[in-house]
Amino acid sequence: MLRFIIRRVIVIVPMLFIIVSLTWVLVRLAPGNFYSGEKKLAPAVEKNLREKYGLDKPWYVQYGKVLKNIGRFDFGNSLKYEGQSVNQILLRGLPVSATLGITAYLIALLVGIIMGTLAALKPNSWLDYASMTLAMLGISIPNFVLGPLLVLLFSLTLFWFPPALWNGFPSKSLVLPALTLSAIYIAYIARLTRSGMLEVMGSDYIRTARAKGLSERQVVTRHALRGGLLPVVSFSGPALAFLITGTVVVERVFALPGLGNYFINACFNRDEPLIIGIVAFIAISVLVFNLLVDISYAFIDPRIRY
Amino acid sequence: MSDDNGNLLSVRDLRVYFETEDGSVRAVDGISFDVKRGETLGIVGESGSGKSVANLSLMRLIPEPPGKIASGSISFDGRDVLRLSPSEIRALRGKRIAMIFQDPMTSLNPFMRVSKQLMEVTQLHLGHTKRQARAHAIAMLEHVGIPDAAERVDSYPHEFSGGMRQRVIIAMALSCQPELLIADEPTTALDVTIQAQILELIKQLKSETGASVILITHDLGVIAGMTDHVIVMYAGRVFEQAPTRELFERPGNPYTRGLLRSVPDPTEDEGTLYQIPGQPPDLAHLPPGCPFASRCERAEEVCQKEFPPFVQLTPSHQSLCHFANEVYAETGATR
Ligand SMILES: Nc1ncnc2c1ncn2[C@@H]1O[C@H](COP(=O)(O)OP(=O)(O)OP(=O)(O)O)[C@@H](O)[C@H]1O
Ligand SMILES: [Mg+2]
Repeated sequence: MLRFIIRRVIVIVPMLFIIVSLTWVLVRLAPGNFYSGEKKLAPAVEKNLREKYGLDKPWYVQYGKVLKNIGRFDFGNSLKYEGQSVNQILLRGLPVSATLGITAYLIALLVGIIMGTLAALKPNSWLDYASMTLAMLGISIPNFVLGPLLVLLFSLTLFWFPPALWNGFPSKSLVLPALTLSAIYIAYIARLTRSGMLEVMGSDYIRTARAKGLSERQVVTRHALRGGLLPVVSFSGPALAFLITGTVVVERVFALPGLGNYFINACFNRDEPLIIGIVAFIAISVLVFNLLVDISYAFIDPRIRY
Repeated sequence: MSDDNGNLLSVRDLRVYFETEDGSVRAVDGISFDVKRGETLGIVGESGSGKSVANLSLMRLIPEPPGKIASGSISFDGRDVLRLSPSEIRALRGKRIAMIFQDPMTSLNPFMRVSKQLMEVTQLHLGHTKRQARAHAIAMLEHVGIPDAAERVDSYPHEFSGGMRQRVIIAMALSCQPELLIADEPTTALDVTIQAQILELIKQLKSETGASVILITHDLGVIAGMTDHVIVMYAGRVFEQAPTRELFERPGNPYTRGLLRSVPDPTEDEGTLYQIPGQPPDLAHLPPGCPFASRCERAEEVCQKEFPPFVQLTPSHQSLCHFANEVYAETGATR
């Protein structure tokens, strides 16, 4: 087990290297610069700027500096937000994104698993069709459409929730963004749960459990859920990572000061250190959460040994 | 308690259908049989003949939908199982009727310790406390021949071999001393040497508790060694039923004769293994006549057209065949 973890942690390094390198190349390939605004800069000013930020050095020097920074978990200073380090910005955005993400995640797990289980227990019933239709909707409506729709209905028509505001957790301002964000995850989890549970409910050991005289509720809670939710477990790790590290669109729609919003601004501003910092941070989170899922598998399924 | 002339179980005209896209599959199509107290009844028949479906319906474990017990009655100790409420039927399952399934590799919950899987039965039916249930579980495992039961009781199923798992399943099935034990091909998934051990174990436990047993198998050798009475199933019907010895010595049905001939006989020339020609019929589209007619050596025109009668050969021996008496006479003469 320990060897497995060490191996997996070591693999994170080359993965991170590839992701960061690709990001760096993409940022460099994109036309424009962080100082290229509407008005043209005087050549002398431009030269000064380039020197100040090391842009006059050969590419391998600049690239090497990026890698070195990441090795020290210090992503340098933002080019746009002057005097602020990328790490400060990450620390400022993360709590917002994480609060939103974890709330959405818990909603998605709770609602998704309940919907999926109910659907699986009565396959082809109206309950099944209703939940799967909802899930289909959740998957096919993009959240940049769903968000404004919810705002229109609950904020601007019913005045139940504020349209764009951030009051942290718990607050009314969290409801609409979290709901918008969780919709697609509810849908995925409901479908995963349904298919996982359907498969398990037809398996031999469930028949054995019934043959023992257990009630249907006992059969489901004691015997079926564990195996039926395995697919959800493998999905839940990456999902959590994505949810808390930057929910780009939803933060934009609801104007929340989270990582996703900073990321979009950084892209518009060609703020290279900030872009790379956020990407590296998200990549590390995803890789680590994947590892956590694989480890948790060993606890859920006793047959798995690393 | 012994009403119905000593019968623990009486099945009458049981029909179980599955609704599929292809139509209604008549998996069990009007079977009747009895199991006396303390008796072992064997059920043989080719794959798909309805053996498992028939026995699952005894515990009302048919998946509904697509399955449905269309008609008939199942009387267990004088009560009609088909009319019991869900909680009444659950009180029977695992306590008075227990089942051993074919595949020990998949019949235990892979995520749950064996101890827990054993304990939940007696906690449920015998009102055991955790401690009592655990002691009972260990005792049961010892009883079915699992060495170091006290240590191994907390293992997960995958830590046991196939034969050991089947012992665990037997321990589980017997933990409330059921009056009826249904063993659905309990040894097909196991090595030959293990098969013999498991069968011996079932035999021994049966003689200790006096339980009735229904033993389903493809293996006529097992039937010969284990059972008192046999029913031969084909296409959801009982084709023949007789006391075991009588069935082997004097079968009254061409299908049974075919099955008996397909048992390899070590004294005969090797390499000439007999097989009944053809395939069992599609149970969703049964022909009007005898379902075996197209494969039967003895079939005549009437077999294709008319459904055969259930002929009483002796008081305890019946055969579903237009020519049951003739076949019976022939097998008697060649003896
Ligand atoms: N869930 C189901 N849906 C549709 N048809 C089914 C279902 N279960 C069983 N059947 C049908 O019922 C018939 C009888 O099956 P059953 O399992 O009782 O056969 P069997 O005699 O036990 O065979 P085997 O020796 O292979 O175990 C088969 O034709 C099968 O296709
Ligand atoms: Mg079967």
